[in-house]
Amino acid sequence: MNSLNRMLTATAAILILSTAATSVSAQTLKWGAARDIDSVDPYAFGSTFTLAFLNHVYEGLVRYDENLKIQPALAESWAIVQPTVWRFKLRKGVKFQNGNDFTADDVIASLKRISHDTSPLKGNLPAYKNATKIDDHTVDLELNSAYPLLLNDLTNVFIFDKEWLVANNSELPTDVAKGVEGYATHNANGTGPFKLESRRADAKTVLVVNPNWWDKPKHNLTRIEFTPIASAPTRVAALISGDIGFTESAPLQDLQRLQSAPDVKVRLSTELRTVFFALNFKDKLVESDVKDKNPLRDKRVRQALYQGLAMDQMQKRALRGLSRNTGAMIAPVIPGYTPDMDERLPFDADKAKKLLADAGYPNGFSLSLVCSTDSYVNEEEICQSAAAMWARIGVKANLNSGPRSIQNPKRVKGEFDITTLGWANEPMIDAYSILVQVMHSKTGSAGVFNWGNWGNARIDELTDRSANELDPEKRIPMMSEALKIARDDIMFLPLHQQPMAWATRADVSDVVQLSDNKPRHWLTRMK
Amino acid sequence: MLAFILRRIANAAVVMLTVALIAFIIFRFIGDPVEMMLNEQATQMQRDALRERLGLNSSAVMQFAKFVTNAVQGDFGISYRNQQDVFTLIMERFPATLELVLVATILSLALGIPFGVITAIHRNSMLAQGLQFLSIVGISLPSFALGILLILVFSVQLGLLPGFGRGEVVDLGFWETGLLTTSGLKALILPSITLALFQITLVMRLVRAEMLETLRTDFIKFARARGLPNRIVHFRHALRNCLMPVITVTGMQIGNLIAFALITETVFQWPGMGLLFIQAVTFVDIPVMAAYLVIVSFIFVALNTVVDMLYVVIDPRLRTQSTAGGGHGA
Repeated sequence: MNSLNRMLTATAAILILSTAATSVSAQTLKWGAARDIDSVDPYAFGSTFTLAFLNHVYEGLVRYDENLKIQPALAESWAIVQPTVWRFKLRKGVKFQNGNDFTADDVIASLKRISHDTSPLKGNLPAYKNATKIDDHTVDLELNSAYPLLLNDLTNVFIFDKEWLVANNSELPTDVAKGVEGYATHNANGTGPFKLESRRADAKTVLVVNPNWWDKPKHNLTRIEFTPIASAPTRVAALISGDIGFTESAPLQDLQRLQSAPDVKVRLSTELRTVFFALNFKDKLVESDVKDKNPLRDKRVRQALYQGLAMDQMQKRALRGLSRNTGAMIAPVIPGYTPDMDERLPFDADKAKKLLADAGYPNGFSLSLVCSTDSYVNEEEICQSAAAMWARIGVKANLNSGPRSIQNPKRVKGEFDITTLGWANEPMIDAYSILVQVMHSKTGSAGVFNWGNWGNARIDELTDRSANELDPEKRIPMMSEALKIARDDIMFLPLHQQPMAWATRADVSDVVQLSDNKPRHWLTRMK
Repeated sequence: MLAFILRRIANAAVVMLTVALIAFIIFRFIGDPVEMMLNEQATQMQRDALRERLGLNSSAVMQFAKFVTNAVQGDFGISYRNQQDVFTLIMERFPATLELVLVATILSLALGIPFGVITAIHRNSMLAQGLQFLSIVGISLPSFALGILLILVFSVQLGLLPGFGRGEVVDLGFWETGLLTTSGLKALILPSITLALFQITLVMRLVRAEMLETLRTDFIKFARARGLPNRIVHFRHALRNCLMPVITVTGMQIGNLIAFALITETVFQWPGMGLLFIQAVTFVDIPVMAAYLVIVSFIFVALNTVVDMLYVVIDPRLRTQSTAGGGHGA
């Protein structure tokens, strides 16, 4: 029942509009993106978008299929030989774009590179300890402890050619602190469906099809011309005039215009990312007329804030009806989700007022609400509408809004009473991500995003145990239980899964749009 | 003259150092680059280690000192975001910005001067009134709004001109130019008009005011008394006497245009220095921001110096003054 539900939701997230096969001809996809990629070196900058783009050139040992399930890629099969040792059988006959063969040495060199101390993506492979070559096409991965999410992590660990790295002195990731440019910043050599032809930062990056790709291509593209167009109205104009054929970022405020334009198709769905309000659980509020204690530590107050939110109204006004309201902290496709989590406590302003009165705040109180303008979809509108709704139950939220680069340090330092936080659980697509990074108490390397000092011993225990439990039948219920504890205690105020809007010209017939919001143009077909 | 140049170079160095110092003090308040560089999965230890390695834990003055020490050796470091050499990164973008600015400047002179003359000599005609009205629009319309308007009309409705980018460019080795290809020239039209509109109205108003002044002077009356045709009086005699302040203002405005082209560049996705800077601010890319500010302040000082030196060359009175009294401050 549970997994059936997940599968249905995942399937619904895929939009395949027409399946009419077309003859193979020269097809150029013009991709107008909201931002440029940071580098062509996948281990350079912690950006999901850049990785999604570079996945067209580089590949991992495994990848996600159309249902976000793990599928073999450069590895054909794998087995757990000991709880901490995984053996991977590599695909034979795969060639890098420079003609070199893909072997176990390449895997080892890539794992070393990504897990080096100066690699910004080291955190994407937390359990890695060592890798050993068994033969040319077999490699053993040794881990720090029994760890169930290795495959999930490996979807984003792209494989380099060792000889190419050695020849170009790029075995280590580029270290920004040293200030020396690396070869891989400007050049790419993967095994993927496309090759990098040219790149001009902020202007155009061109990919051409790799005729020697090991997999049978489902796409019929010969070329991808990627152009960042940061200004939203310019991007919309470019799509309407046909200067671009695809964008992964159609601005919500222009959707109507795009939908009414001939030859433009808007593709709407919701993301994996769940947006919620995180609360200050410390001894005192940061900015409030209640000086001696923290009202948010009282569950009744948290429930009042929760039930004071008229989510239907917020969805309609702030998100143009495109988000998916939820009571859960994770999206339905993510392991750990159960349908009963999705049920929200109903909006009830009278009850909220009564709860506040019971807690000793019949006239409400004031607090600070820290939001950014560019972290999440329509974040500022979300915060404004929440502040207005809370004002109606007597809680005066002083909205402090600004760009993410300025607001994030405040969040990290805990200088907020309520703040927005969104979690996609990428790249692992598993509830363990939010449990260990957000909900866990700040201990050791866990709880990096535990900004407000929340936490619960039982959640910590379940999270730690699930980290070493290899059996999904046992592991997933542990995570669900931990999420349920947070839900029952109203540790967070969940809001919604945020909308995503892609748009294409009519000649782009098939586009696979999954809830991780990553374009996969090796599955795109054009007329 | 040599003393004058040396003094100006010393001046420039002080200005650049001051800009860099202020920049480093401001960088404290614009956010934490580490939060942008690492993704959600990074642990606290990795975050702290990176911050330490980048030297972000040291004081603003220490960071500034380190930056200056490296910069005088020609090393601006590499971008936090792109891992590319910052100086190369900025210099790659410089041609795009400079070409845009030069075309905008030429446009502003080519249109602003005749419009100014027309509005001065036919003060009450419909045409002059119309131009005057348009100049108010030009001064008050923000450039992003104008840019979007132009894109909607010429790119979306008429499909005549590209709405973004620089078109095909030709690499001359030291300079990538868009001036040698048809698509490059077409791509220049909308952004240069957007950038030039304010300049056009500025030049037009300047010329108009100067012309009205000049037309009242005695030598114009004498010229008319000699029976010279209007055309010669207006363009040969009057206009020539108006041009000096126009050239000065235009020269100084080039610096402004380079520094403030960033809005136009963002609207048109023009791959210039301004776009680079805006993105550096978004990603808290400190090396790029610091180098950009220093380079732009250098351009400002250099332009000022050139204009001052031209004065000295043109006007003998300034020459005696500068040898006697030590020049005049910028």
